[in-house]
Amino acid sequence: MSEPSLTAPHQLAYTYKRSLGPVLSRFFTALRDRKILGVKRKDGTVLVPAREYDPDTAESLDELVEVQDTGVVRSWSWVPKPRAQQPLDHPFAYALVQLDGADTTMLHVVDAGSEAQMATGMRVKARWAKETSGAITDFVFVPGE
Amino acid sequence: MSEDPIEVFLQPIQLDYDYTAGVSASRFLRAIEQGKLLGQRCPVDGRVYFPSRGSCPQHAVPFADDGAVELPDRGTIVTYSIVRVPSENIPLELPYITVQVLLDGADTVLMHVLDGDLDTVRMGLRVEAVWKPKEEWTTSLANILYFRPLDEPDADYDSYKEHI
Ligand SMILES: [Zn+2]
Repeated sequence: MSEPSLTAPHQLAYTYKRSLGPVLSRFFTALRDRKILGVKRKDGTVLVPAREYDPDTAESLDELVEVQDTGVVRSWSWVPKPRAQQPLDHPFAYALVQLDGADTTMLHVVDAGSEAQMATGMRVKARWAKETSGAITDFVFVPGE
Repeated sequence: MSEDPIEVFLQPIQLDYDYTAGVSASRFLRAIEQGKLLGQRCPVDGRVYFPSRGSCPQHAVPFADDGAVELPDRGTIVTYSIVRVPSENIPLELPYITVQVLLDGADTVLMHVLDGDLDTVRMGLRVEAVWKPKEEWTTSLANILYFRPLDEPDADYDSYKEHI
């Protein structure tokens, strides 16, 4: 009979360093100034977050427009037990939020306190960090208005 | 606060595992805690695999417990690479040399680092392991700090050519 198998924690971790390019660079730089930018398509609709190409026509896009930091929850999922790498250390919702002025939804966090506070169609607004760094984590949404 | 545009985005990826070594690798690790290097001999063709493992990858047969072979901590560099680009998790001063060492009596190579001269590292160079102080030994291949050149003639190419 052999001895029991050894076990050890093993952490696989690597940090990607991604160049943002001119369009996404402006999106992230604006976050530092507490502004959320979308990009306007030829037909006038606005994609948020801003992106570099039209997902339907593959045309280059670079007309950035500011949208509101308020909007509507279109869909959501409650996270009752956040894991270590998730954005909040207490229960929260991942939600698809359509910001006022945007024609698409963005995936972000709603710090709602409890699942009972969440509803499809609810209004939310951004709560900005005291110190912003130009990252998508510079804000979370909270129920609002 | 900086006014410079944000041009780079850092995306950390992290996965936390509990790794279970299994019977054979556990035996290997318990041996290296004692300063012993264990390989395993294939019962079909007699080749010695290092580090020891549970079965032969070529013949798909289990290695018997009595097939363990203790290997010396010296061998031959079969190939090497000079590393000039830093990695976050490798705290070595650049440039450094990674080597594939064929331990004497083994048929598979071990990846490690060489404390040696960039100008004289070469295939066939004879090397030996430099160990941590005994009181720091754990169940880890990191008990070997690095390899260093031996004052011996180079190994004959034919003796390692099938392991390059
Ligand atoms: Zn075999």
